[in-house]
Amino acid sequence: MPLLERVWPFQLERRPVPSRAMQFASPLIAAVAMLVTGFILFSALGKNPVAAFNVFFIEPVANAYGLGELLLKSTPLMLCAVGLTLGFRANVWNIGAEGQLIVGAIAGGGVALFAPALGVFTLPAMLLAGILGGMLWAAIAAWLRTQFHTSEILVTLMLVYIAKLGLSYLVHGPWRDPAGFNFPQSKSFDDSQILPLLFEGSRVNIAFIIAIALAVAAAIFVSRSFAGFRMRVAGLAPAAAAYAGYSDKRNIWLALLISGGCAGLAGISEVAGPIGMLSADISPGYGFAAIIVAFVGRLHPLGVILSSLLMSLLYLGGESAQIELQLPSSVTGLFQGVLLFYLLAADLFINFRLRKVKALVVPAATDPSATMNVKSTANAS
Amino acid sequence: MQVMRFASPGFVMQTPTTAPPRLHLQGITKRYPAVLANDRIDLKVDEGEIHALLGENGAGKSTLMKIVYGVVRPDAGSIEWEGTPVNIDSPAMARRLGIGMVFQHFSLFETLTVAENIALSIEPRVKPSVLAPRIRQISESYGLPVDPQRLVHSMSVGERQRVEIVRCLLQSPRLLIMDEPTSVLTPQAVAMLFETLRRLAAEKVSILYISHKLDEVRALCDSATVLRGGRVSGSAIPRNETNESLARMMVGADLQECRLTPRAAGEVRLELKSLTQASPDPFGTSLHQVDLAVRSGEIVGIAGVSGNGQKELLAAISGETRCTQADAIRIGDRSAGALDPAQRRQLGLSFVPEERLGRGAVPDLSLSDNALLTAYGAGMVGNGFIRGAACREFARETIRQFDVRCGSEQSVAKSLSGGNLQKFIVGREIRLAPRVMVVAQPTWGVDIGASQLIHQALIDLRDQGVAVLVISEELDELYAICDRMAVLAGGRLSPVRPTAELPVEQVGVLMTGATHAAA
Repeated sequence: MPLLERVWPFQLERRPVPSRAMQFASPLIAAVAMLVTGFILFSALGKNPVAAFNVFFIEPVANAYGLGELLLKSTPLMLCAVGLTLGFRANVWNIGAEGQLIVGAIAGGGVALFAPALGVFTLPAMLLAGILGGMLWAAIAAWLRTQFHTSEILVTLMLVYIAKLGLSYLVHGPWRDPAGFNFPQSKSFDDSQILPLLFEGSRVNIAFIIAIALAVAAAIFVSRSFAGFRMRVAGLAPAAAAYAGYSDKRNIWLALLISGGCAGLAGISEVAGPIGMLSADISPGYGFAAIIVAFVGRLHPLGVILSSLLMSLLYLGGESAQIELQLPSSVTGLFQGVLLFYLLAADLFINFRLRKVKALVVPAATDPSATMNVKSTANAS
Repeated sequence: MQVMRFASPGFVMQTPTTAPPRLHLQGITKRYPAVLANDRIDLKVDEGEIHALLGENGAGKSTLMKIVYGVVRPDAGSIEWEGTPVNIDSPAMARRLGIGMVFQHFSLFETLTVAENIALSIEPRVKPSVLAPRIRQISESYGLPVDPQRLVHSMSVGERQRVEIVRCLLQSPRLLIMDEPTSVLTPQAVAMLFETLRRLAAEKVSILYISHKLDEVRALCDSATVLRGGRVSGSAIPRNETNESLARMMVGADLQECRLTPRAAGEVRLELKSLTQASPDPFGTSLHQVDLAVRSGEIVGIAGVSGNGQKELLAAISGETRCTQADAIRIGDRSAGALDPAQRRQLGLSFVPEERLGRGAVPDLSLSDNALLTAYGAGMVGNGFIRGAACREFARETIRQFDVRCGSEQSVAKSLSGGNLQKFIVGREIRLAPRVMVVAQPTWGVDIGASQLIHQALIDLRDQGVAVLVISEELDELYAICDRMAVLAGGRLSPVRPTAELPVEQVGVLMTGATHAAA
């Protein structure tokens, strides 16, 4: 036996069928491993880990307001991640939900700032503009991919930075509020342009309900509709999709338009919600965090509901850790990254398992140590 | 051999006059989670013996060979190498013992030269430039011409196999394992290979020859061990057996031959008119002026070694690559060159691709979902939503009619054996009531029983007046079921001739592209 197997007498073996139990357990294992890592990290930073955990994971949601914040922050994550989930399942890798989110905010915010009074249609028009804005941004990637085989991963990612700079230009320049003391922000939206709140005393608004409804609708689309089936086939086996005559272009367009539209909706919901205006930084990276949310949610729209709540908690915890523990804001990103890292590692065990390497039944086996030196040639016994 | 240094006299039981068997397996057992792949298998290969390992797909041949080559460890049993018990724990160890293996699917890097490829895999490490003269010398002395400087991607499948064999010979093996070596060769190349193998045997190299082609085994091998369902079901001297008696050992039952009753063909249903198409793949084969007409009620076969434009021809017919002139392909009385696969299906084209997993079926989806894949037009979709009950019913009926062995219609496609999945795919396509049926490699890697069923299903289809086109590497198969035949070589198709007027030797010549000197 090689030396490695003496120290670590296990080997990975492919499971005959992927483990369903592991499919559900994997995100939990990843979350627990993330917590353990956090424990070690807090200890290393000289913080009392128990107190730090309390600050990070318990305190932010210990009261009604905190719970409202949890739902509020989960909303853009959920919206983006539901869209991404559909795209990822179809093998279309939209990495730039952040950019589509920003363009959605610009488009919807533009309607709020410049469109004539629309009465009760004001908010629907803003939301629609947000969705279309996100779709437009994603459509660029879809067009380049279908026309020139350009990688949508790179294009969507690069478009994020263009969107960011575009927003920055608008709020520093033409769209800046003249009465805003030169802050890079637009004038505040008026009450008819703000999404209605769900509860008095919290900031969570109707967009949360829209996000849940969208997740449920997406779940039905994925499991029951023929269009959802075609997208799934395109993701699982592109050659089979081509063979069956499912259009590759339609798949790409559909995946990017859906995920772009969802991200655009997230963008307008943020500026027409808790932010209430356009400003230079409207998203702390929701569009990127949504990629992790989608994977932690097992690329299933209903799983995304749970994982977006978890990710939201990481954002809240990161904020309170900054305030109470004087930790840098990057601790949030660190936890996000660690979570994804462990998730990918744990996912290995969906298709594989560890198996103890058995010693061979060889007749008249002698003392293994006596044959140590011949291991590499012949394991004579 | 290095091994001998460690074999103290006490280990050698045999008397010095008779050489111990080169390889002796006793009670080899390997259990996988779902299946007992090898059940107490005994196998003995003598010095200089060509020993056939026969068995259907799934009989346990591959597992057993992987155990001998150190890729897989047995759960129980012992291996003796020239009389000494050994524990082969890695392919490197197997090679050090003197075991060489030529895999069915080659493991060569296409962008490297022959010498570079070989240098990567042999020990001790040698520079490719140092290796080149040795490669040339070995390849010449065994009649396996190989140019060490050539890039692998420019080589035919047969040439690549030569590289694999030369790679083994460089290590002066004492046991050569060959896994289905002739599946990619022309009849002439098979004859050359056999000569090489006989020469090696004469030089006391033992050969383990894995195959399901009974004629070849009878022509080449000194003895045979037959596996069925993971167990040894018999051993034989192939020369003294008939194909029927060997097949009975493999399958455990008698087989019926399929019969092709003569029948007048009807109108042209599928027509290619000087189809010329550049391959999108830089290593692909472009099609030149392909003319072909398949009529109602006939089976037309296209022979040839893979890589001669088969993939491109199939993609052009199925619509996976669109044609520049719409008229170059006609289905029924419609120009179909510009239509996509779904539109061609609507014209009555059914299609069974060469790759079952990943093209003909989605590996991770259930059979029920895989029925939906192409049979969606058969009432399985309403208002954009999937009618689950209709999909399951279609899948169940396909499973029943075509004797697909599986758990249920909810089993995932990849859990089925190759033969059963192929029966499901063929069945699905036949149940769509096609006017034109195109089948690529219908029985590639499929066991005898399933082959039989698939052949019969295609013949039944022909007798119902469907136009059937079969593209296959297996000449026996084409001769058994085709009314007319042509050969595809270098992207050019020979004229289609009645099968009875086309002798095997001529097909062999055509396969080398000899009549297409311009290519």
